[in-house]
Amino acid sequence: MKPPPFTYHDPRTIPEVLDLLAAKDNARLLSGGQSLMPMLNMRYVLPDDVIDLNRVEGLSGIAAANGSLEIAGMTRQRDIEFSDVVSARCPIMTEAILQVGHRQTRNRGTLGGSLAHLDPSAELPAVAMALDATIHVESKRGKRDIAMADFPAGYMTPSIELDEMVTGATFPLWEDGHGYAFIEFARRHGDFAIVSAGALMTTDGTGKVNRISITVSGVGPSPLRCTEAEEMILDQTPELELFREAAETARAFDALEDIHAPSSYRQHLAAVLSRRALEKAQTRLGGSNG
Amino acid sequence: MADRRRVSVTINGDTYEREVETRLLLSDFIRHECELTGTHVGCEHGVCGACTILLDGITARSCLMLAVQADGHELLTIEGIAPNEEELHPLQQAFMDNHGLQCGYCTPGMLTTLLEFLRDNPNPTEKEVRVAISGNLCRCTGYQGIVDAALDAAGRLRGEAEA
Amino acid sequence: MGAKAMGARVRRMEDPALLTGRAVFTDDIHLPGMLEAAFVRSAHAHARIRGVDASAAEAMPGVVKVVTTADLPADLRSVRVPFQVPNPAITQPFQQRLLEDEEVCFVGEPIAMVLADTRYRAEDAAAAVAIDYEILPAASDCRDALADDAKPCHAESDNNLCAEFKLGYGDAASVFAGAEHVFEVSLWSHRGAGLAIENRAIVAEPDTLRDVVTLWSATQSPFLVKQNVVDMLDWPADRLRVIAPEVGGGFGPKTVYYVEEALIPLCAMMFDRPIKWVEDRRENFVATNQERDQYWDMALACDGDGKILAVRGTMIHDTGAYMPWGIISPYISATTVPGPYVVPAYELTTRVALTNKVAVTPVRGAGRPQAVFAMERLLDRAADGLGIDRAEIRRRNFIPTEAMPYSFGLIFRDGQPMTYDSGDYPRCQAEALALADYDGFADRRAKAVVEGRHIGIGIANFVEGTGLGPFEGATVRVHANGKVTVYTGGGDSGQGHWTTLAQLCAEPLGVDPQDIAVEVGDTGKIANGIGTFASRIAVNAGNSVHLAATSVREKAIKIASHLLEAAEEDLDIEDGRIFVKGVPEVSTTLRDVARAVRGMPGFSLPGGVEPGLESTEYFSPPQAAYCNGTAVVEVEVDPETGDVEILKFAMAHDSGNLINPFIVDGQVQGACAHGIGNTLLEWMGYDDDAQPLTTTFADYLLPGAPDVPRVDVVHVESPTPNNPLGVKGAGEGGTIPALAAIVAAVEDALGPFGIALDDVPIMPGRLTELIDDARARTG
Repeated sequence: MKPPPFTYHDPRTIPEVLDLLAAKDNARLLSGGQSLMPMLNMRYVLPDDVIDLNRVEGLSGIAAANGSLEIAGMTRQRDIEFSDVVSARCPIMTEAILQVGHRQTRNRGTLGGSLAHLDPSAELPAVAMALDATIHVESKRGKRDIAMADFPAGYMTPSIELDEMVTGATFPLWEDGHGYAFIEFARRHGDFAIVSAGALMTTDGTGKVNRISITVSGVGPSPLRCTEAEEMILDQTPELELFREAAETARAFDALEDIHAPSSYRQHLAAVLSRRALEKAQTRLGGSNG
Repeated sequence: MADRRRVSVTINGDTYEREVETRLLLSDFIRHECELTGTHVGCEHGVCGACTILLDGITARSCLMLAVQADGHELLTIEGIAPNEEELHPLQQAFMDNHGLQCGYCTPGMLTTLLEFLRDNPNPTEKEVRVAISGNLCRCTGYQGIVDAALDAAGRLRGEAEA
Repeated sequence: MGAKAMGARVRRMEDPALLTGRAVFTDDIHLPGMLEAAFVRSAHAHARIRGVDASAAEAMPGVVKVVTTADLPADLRSVRVPFQVPNPAITQPFQQRLLEDEEVCFVGEPIAMVLADTRYRAEDAAAAVAIDYEILPAASDCRDALADDAKPCHAESDNNLCAEFKLGYGDAASVFAGAEHVFEVSLWSHRGAGLAIENRAIVAEPDTLRDVVTLWSATQSPFLVKQNVVDMLDWPADRLRVIAPEVGGGFGPKTVYYVEEALIPLCAMMFDRPIKWVEDRRENFVATNQERDQYWDMALACDGDGKILAVRGTMIHDTGAYMPWGIISPYISATTVPGPYVVPAYELTTRVALTNKVAVTPVRGAGRPQAVFAMERLLDRAADGLGIDRAEIRRRNFIPTEAMPYSFGLIFRDGQPMTYDSGDYPRCQAEALALADYDGFADRRAKAVVEGRHIGIGIANFVEGTGLGPFEGATVRVHANGKVTVYTGGGDSGQGHWTTLAQLCAEPLGVDPQDIAVEVGDTGKIANGIGTFASRIAVNAGNSVHLAATSVREKAIKIASHLLEAAEEDLDIEDGRIFVKGVPEVSTTLRDVARAVRGMPGFSLPGGVEPGLESTEYFSPPQAAYCNGTAVVEVEVDPETGDVEILKFAMAHDSGNLINPFIVDGQVQGACAHGIGNTLLEWMGYDDDAQPLTTTFADYLLPGAPDVPRVDVVHVESPTPNNPLGVKGAGEGGTIPALAAIVAAVEDALGPFGIALDDVPIMPGRLTELIDDARARTG
C-alpha cells in the first residue's frame, strides 16, 4: 500500500495552482490528505500530478461579516473546531465538526477537501447544505459561486470542472437565539456516520416556527434537505408529535445501500435522527449561544 | 524518471536531510530513511493511528503525509518523548505502572496522541480520554490500562506543573 | 528464602524499550543490499490460471526479479504446505503451494512475488504483472457449499465436504424421545479476523558462504516455522535459524505457518540478497487466516426443574480453501459445548465445508466462543421457557466442585479424555454475579423503565482447555559474571513472557526478577520449542523455567556446600548470595559458584559436578489444564437506532495460581474487548462470489476505546494438580463467554418486544428490523 508514481507540485500562490490545473489533465489536488492519501496508498487513484495546496498563501482563514461566515478552502477542521466566532455564531458547525473523524484527522483535514470529496456521510457538506452555503470555485477561466444545493453532481462528485478548485465557502448565519442540533449515528466514535441529521429553527413572537432547516446525510448520494418536513413545521407551533410526523417523511428518500447498512436502515435512521435533531434544536431555542 | 526532492526535517531536535522520491510517505521516511523505527505502521490508510507523530506540536497520521510535505517542519516521535536515556517521561512511566501496553505496537501513536491531548486538556474525564484515543486502535489491552495510564499521567503532569 | 516473586504484581520489564521506541520489530530491521518483496495475489476467489506475463513488470525500474512458479527449483514447484494436524475425519486436506500457477482458490492466494530495490517499486511492478484468468464458480456461503449441486472449491474434487465427525456420549436420541421439555435454537456465529495491529512481516538474511539463512518473522511460533520451512524446502535443519523479534500482537493467526515464510528465505538464498516482506493491511485481510462462520442447530432436553438431560445438534463450519490447521477449530467447538454443566448425554455432528476463502485457523478463543454461545443460548431458552431465573438454571446444572477431577466421555483435541482437573464453577458464577450486582439489577431495570430506557443483563459460563502440549522447554543459565538468562522457544507478542518467566526463575534462584534476562522465540538459543498459542506458555514454558531454575538452585547449593564446607541443607539463597542459615557472613555468590563450575584450564572439576551452572528442562503436560470463568454483562439498547452500550462487564476468571495478576488482568481485559468487538462490530464479509468486502479498517470495525467498557475482573484460584506451579492459561478466557453474555443481555433488554437473538455479530440495523417486526406483530 504505497502511492503510485506521480509528479509532485507545491505551488505557493493560487494563480500557480490554477496554471497547473489548466495544464495537467490527470491531476489531483492534495489538501488535508485525509481522504486522498488513503486513496493514493491503496492506488484507487492514479494521478500523473499531485498539486499540494499546503504551501499556498491566502487559502486559510475564518471571518464573520455581513451576516455570513466566510471560510477559506484550506482552513483546517481543527481551526473551525477551536474557532470562537464559529462556536458563537454558528454552533451547528462546531457540533458537527466534533463528530468529524478524530483529533489527528481534524488537525490536517480541511473544509475545501471535505466539500470537494463530498462523501455522502460527511459532516461539513451536510452543514453547508443545512445553511444554504455558497461554494466558491476558481479556475484560470475565472471565479464562480455555486449554491450548495447545486454543488453535488452525483455520488462523491461535485459539479466542478477538472481545472477548478474550491477556494472557500460562505455560510449564511442564523439570527441569535436560533435552535440547532447536529446528531449522527455511527457504529464507532469518529467513523463516517451511517446517517446524520442537522436541524436549525427560529420562532416568532407567538412561538410559531418562522424559519426551519432539516438536513439528512448518509441517506442519498449527497446531503438532502427534508423540504417536505420543513414545510410541515413552518408556521406551526413546535411540538413532539409534529416533529415525529414531519420526520417520518425522511423515510421516503431513496437511500444508499452498502456493507455498512441496508437502505431500509438508513431510511429508518433518517426519520429517527431528524426527529431527535428537531427535538434537540427546540430545546436550544433562545439560548445565549447561537 | 522518478520525481525526487531534497528534504530537510527536524525530528526530535535532530535535522535529517535526505533526497527522496516525492511519493515517499512520511511514515516510511521516518522509519526507513531516518531509521527512527519507534513509529509504527499498522494500516497505511489512516485508521489505526499507530503512525501518529507530532508535526509542529500537533498530531498527524504520518502515513497520510508525504515526506516532502514535512520539509522544513519539526517532528516529535516516540524516541523524543523521554527526557534522557535513563528516565521516562511521566506519561511513559504511567503506561508502565498501569499496564498500558502489551505488544507495544500501538504505543507510539497512543503516546503522541495523549501527549497532545493532556497538553490541551490537563484534567480530563475518563470519557474524554476514551474519545481522545478513539483514533488509535489497540487489539491487546481493551484500552483499560491505557485509559488508566492517561488519567494517572494527567495527575502526574498537573503535579509537575504546580511544583 | 528467595524473593516472593510468584503472585506479585511485578511491573513489566518489556516496557521501557517499547515505550521509548527502542524495541525492534521485524520491519525495523534494515540490512545492506536488502530487497523488498510485493506479492501478486489472486483477484478471484476461484479461477484457472491460463498464463502469467511478467515481462513488462521485470523491465520496470528497480525490479530484480518477478518470481513465478516456473522460477522455483523444479522439485519445489508442486510441493505443498506440510499437513500439521491430521485427523481421520479429514477426507480432503487441501494445502497451498508456494506459488500457484494452475488453479487459485481464494482471493489473495499468491501467484508471483516481485523483488525490487524498494517496496514502492515492487508494488509498481506487481501491478504490471498480467494474469490471464479463467474464472470458475466460487463457493462463498458454507451452507451452500455443502448443497448437493454445489460447485467444488477445488476443480479436482466433486464436493466441498472436507471433514465430518460425530462427537458425544450417552444415548441422546432416547433421552430426547422421552424428554419432558425440549428447547431448540438455530444460530449463526461469526468470528472475525485476528487483526494484530502489526501485520505479518518477514526478513531473510542469507549467508551463502556458511549455507545458512536467518529468518526473522512476526510469528507466534518460530519453531513451527522452522520445522515447516525446512520440511517444505527439504533443507537440512541447520540451514535455518528463525527468530521472532518483538511481535506486535498475535491472537492466533500468527501461530500457523504461511508459504511466504518459505518463499522469502528460499529466494534470499537463490538471489543471495537479504529480502524483506511486510504484509500490508489489505493483504492481511485476504491472505492471513481468519475465523468466520459456524451455523448451529441445537436442542436441549431437560426436566421441569431445568435440569439438563441431553444436548444434541449439528454444526457447519466454514474452513476456507485450505486446511493448514486441520479441524482443530471445529473440534474444539464440538468439545466445548458441555462446558461447566452436567450434561448426561451429548451428541454433535460437525460438517466442515471448503469455501473459496482464505483458510480458517484459530483466532483468540479458537472455536470456543461459538460453542459457548450455543450452550448458553439453549440454557437461556430453557430458563425463559420454564420461568426459571437465568442464573438459577445454571446453578442447578453446574458440575459440583467436589466432583473434581471430572470426566464425562469426550476426547479433547490433545487426544486425552476430557478430565476437568480443578475448578469451582458455582463459586465463579457467584463471584461474577456479585461483582455485577446481579441482585440489584431488578431495581436498576425498574428505574430504567420509568426513564424509558431499555437495559438488560446476560450471563455466560465457559470451560477452556489451556496449556496444551506437547511441551515447551527452558534453559536457565547463570553466566560466569553472575548474570542470569532464561531461554525458551515460544515467542512473545505482548503477553509479558520476560516478566513472568523472570519471576518464576527468580524465586528458586533467590535473585531479583529485574536481574534476569529472558530470551524468547529464537531457534538458535534453545534446541526445541513449539510456540505461543492455545494459552500454553505459562503452563509449558512456565513450569519448564520453574523446574530448570530449581535444578540450578540445587546445583548451586551443592557446589556452595563444597566451597563453604557446609551441609547442603544448611544453605539458603537470597539476593544472589548463598549463605549458611543463621550465619549469613559465611557465604558465597552465584557468580563465584558459576565461575567454580566453569573450572580452570587444565584442572579437574570437583567430583560429580557437571560443567556450567545451568539446566535445561522440558515440561510436557499430561493433559490440558481447564480454565473457566463467568461473564456477566449489563447493556442498554436504544431500540430506535439499535445501538448497544455496555454498561457493566464483570468477569470472574479461574486460571489456577496466578504468576503475575497485573499481567493476567490485562490479558483478561484485552480478551473481553476482543469478544466485544466480535459481538457488536466485527464482520468479515464476502459477497456471493467469495470476494472479500471488508478489507480496510474503515470497513472492518475493530473496537475503539469508547466502544469498550471497563472490565471488572475477579480471580478465583483453583490450582491444577497437573503441573508443579498449579497454573492454567489465561489469554483467551475473556473472549470466550463475551458473545453469549452480551447477546443474552441485549435480548433481555429487548424483552418487552419478545425478540429472540440467535446471530452474532449484532448489527444495529438488524435489531431495529426485529423490533419493527415485533411491533408489527403485536400491533
